Amino acid sequence: MAKKILEVKGLRKEFHVGDITVRALRGIDLTIEQGEFVAIMGTSGSGKSTMLNILGCLDKPTAGEYWLDGIAVAGLSKNELASLRNKKLGFVFQSYNLLPRTSAIENVELPLFYNPEIKAKERREIAMQALESVGLADRMHHTPNQLSGGQQQRVAIARSLVNDPVVIFADEATGNLDTRTSYEVMSLFQELNAKGKTIVFVTHEPDIARFTTRNVVFRDGHIIKEQMVDPRGNARELLNNMPINTDYE
Amino acid sequence: MNYSNLIKVSTRALLRNKFRSFLTMLGIIIGIGSVIAMLAIGQGSKLSIENQVSSMGSNMVMVMPSSQSRGGVQLGNDDSKKLTVDDAKAISEECDAVSLVSPEVRSSGQVIYAKSNAPSTIYGVSPEYLDIKKTKITDGRIFTDKEVRSAAKVCLLGKTVIKNLFGENVNPIGYTIRFKSIPMQVIGVLEPKGENSFGQDQDDVILAPYSTVQKRILAITHVQTIVTSALSEAASADAMTQIETVLRTRHKLKTGDANDFEVRSQAELVKMFTSISDMLSMLLGAIAGISLLIGGIGIMNIMYVSVTERTREIGLRMAIGAQSFDILMQFLSEAMLLSVVGGIIGIILGISSAKIITSLANWPTVVTSNSVIMSFLVCTVIGIFFGWYPAQKASRLDPIDALRYE
Ligand SMILES: Nc1ncnc2c1ncn2[C@@H]1O[C@H](COP(=O)(O)OP(=O)(O)OP(=O)(O)O)[C@@H](O)[C@H]1O
Ligand SMILES: [Mg+2]
Repeated sequence: MAKKILEVKGLRKEFHVGDITVRALRGIDLTIEQGEFVAIMGTSGSGKSTMLNILGCLDKPTAGEYWLDGIAVAGLSKNELASLRNKKLGFVFQSYNLLPRTSAIENVELPLFYNPEIKAKERREIAMQALESVGLADRMHHTPNQLSGGQQQRVAIARSLVNDPVVIFADEATGNLDTRTSYEVMSLFQELNAKGKTIVFVTHEPDIARFTTRNVVFRDGHIIKEQMVDPRGNARELLNNMPINTDYE
Repeated sequence: MNYSNLIKVSTRALLRNKFRSFLTMLGIIIGIGSVIAMLAIGQGSKLSIENQVSSMGSNMVMVMPSSQSRGGVQLGNDDSKKLTVDDAKAISEECDAVSLVSPEVRSSGQVIYAKSNAPSTIYGVSPEYLDIKKTKITDGRIFTDKEVRSAAKVCLLGKTVIKNLFGENVNPIGYTIRFKSIPMQVIGVLEPKGENSFGQDQDDVILAPYSTVQKRILAITHVQTIVTSALSEAASADAMTQIETVLRTRHKLKTGDANDFEVRSQAELVKMFTSISDMLSMLLGAIAGISLLIGGIGIMNIMYVSVTERTREIGLRMAIGAQSFDILMQFLSEAMLLSVVGGIIGIILGISSAKIITSLANWPTVVTSNSVIMSFLVCTVIGIFFGWYPAQKASRLDPIDALRYE
């Protein structure tokens, strides 16, 4: 059996808004192993983002246990969590969240600035490699407003890769993209996964979820279904067979 | 994040809103600029007073009749007859802290040569007067003791008087001028001294033997002032007490009686003027300080705006591993950059306005390195102080709240 990267038991999350208590997660047990590409699915408001934020150590659960790469997350301080995110996790957001008026390469470098172990000289090199791996080496000096949505998301993916994370978290990473660009991004994720990266991917689109290896479906803060994806789609192949721009002719 | 990166990141953030950053800095620029300029003016006038006074003789001690008042009523001019030439002689003989003594009698009036005439002041003095006042003769000679005894009708002229009567570049020696219809032969020319710090022309003078002015012009037997020179500046306090003792004995004052004269030293005068100019600088400094405070509040305000605007950026930085301290430092260094750059511009502005003031208004100004260093420290402190709360607010954000902020 492969190594467990993420393991949660009895995870609960409640939000208090005024007098109302919103139970976003109501007892989640989930294990994700190294090399998996897991899609978290479900309707809007089912708790997917809440789950991902907790897994990504951005938010703390109300109750439950969580081990990340063998570390019990619950006991860590704010600074220890920051350092954990810096060294072990990668994030890709729906709205890219790149720094405006900052070049692609500098955006990619950003996580390395917060890692004192990395010297200034290595930084540029590592960032350049990450940018190459998403196929944007020639755009390194372009700022976000000079890049298309798909390219911006690829820069964001490069940024999430730059610290060689044990797991990448993506929340609706294709949510702002058209079908073709979504497939390009998914093909990139599939390549990364093929090289052994563990990826947790939130989406509510079934045709995106079929590129992953396992689907976990949420509803009202519960996991209602877990299944391995079979047959698994290949985003690259689909892209190659896709006619270009026929919609506009 | 290391420091060079911090500065790079902050610089870029500020350049993103160039005009806003400039407006924010304006408060600091004006504040520091006026602090530097004000201190330069204050220092300059203080130094020029000091120079002036020491050029006039910093060990000068003067005796004047006191304007005595009894029950708040000024007792007229009678008192001014209390000083005599014999008092001056006694001081010269009995006070060993005093090196030179000269009586002084003054009269203002019209001075005439041929068809030219001008208002001026004649000073009746003894030959020692020149050394006491540190005045030199550029041409001719000072009158002799014999001429003093005989109340000779001789005089020395300052540059302005010569110009008014004879025109530029004329040597007046040997000519006879008239002061209040008394003819006097010019025997010497005084070295030009220019204006003193009160704007008074020190070259608009005529020097003559005190006896001449007493007898022929004013018809009086007393003197108006006795000017003396102490052995040194340090000895002027001793000289003052000795003069007081001598004059009290001569004027037959009993213990408990008030002096009917006043002894003033130049050293005292300097102290008074410098303390006035110090006070003035402090006042101006306080006003400049208030504008610095307002500048600081401006920085705080804009930093709050910046933190709010960039909440999502803060969230992202936290998500990818920035610790609270990193965020704190980022915003703090932005605030400090604003105030320090503003401060440097302000220093440059202050120095140049001091230069402009000197060249336009002819006011002496001195920019001391102390005021520059102090201004620099002050704006650094302002940056830290006013940047602290916004930076603290940013660093305490919760990563997930910041990321979701709209
Ligand atoms: N900060 C919060 N305060 C209050 N309630 C919250 C907060 N965050 C999430 N919730 C609530 O928790 C529930 C789950 O929200 P979550 O964002 O996880 O849904 P989601 O599955 O990601 O939905 P979507 O597909 O629309 O993104 C929702 O009912 C939401 O209103
Ligand atoms: Mg969501």
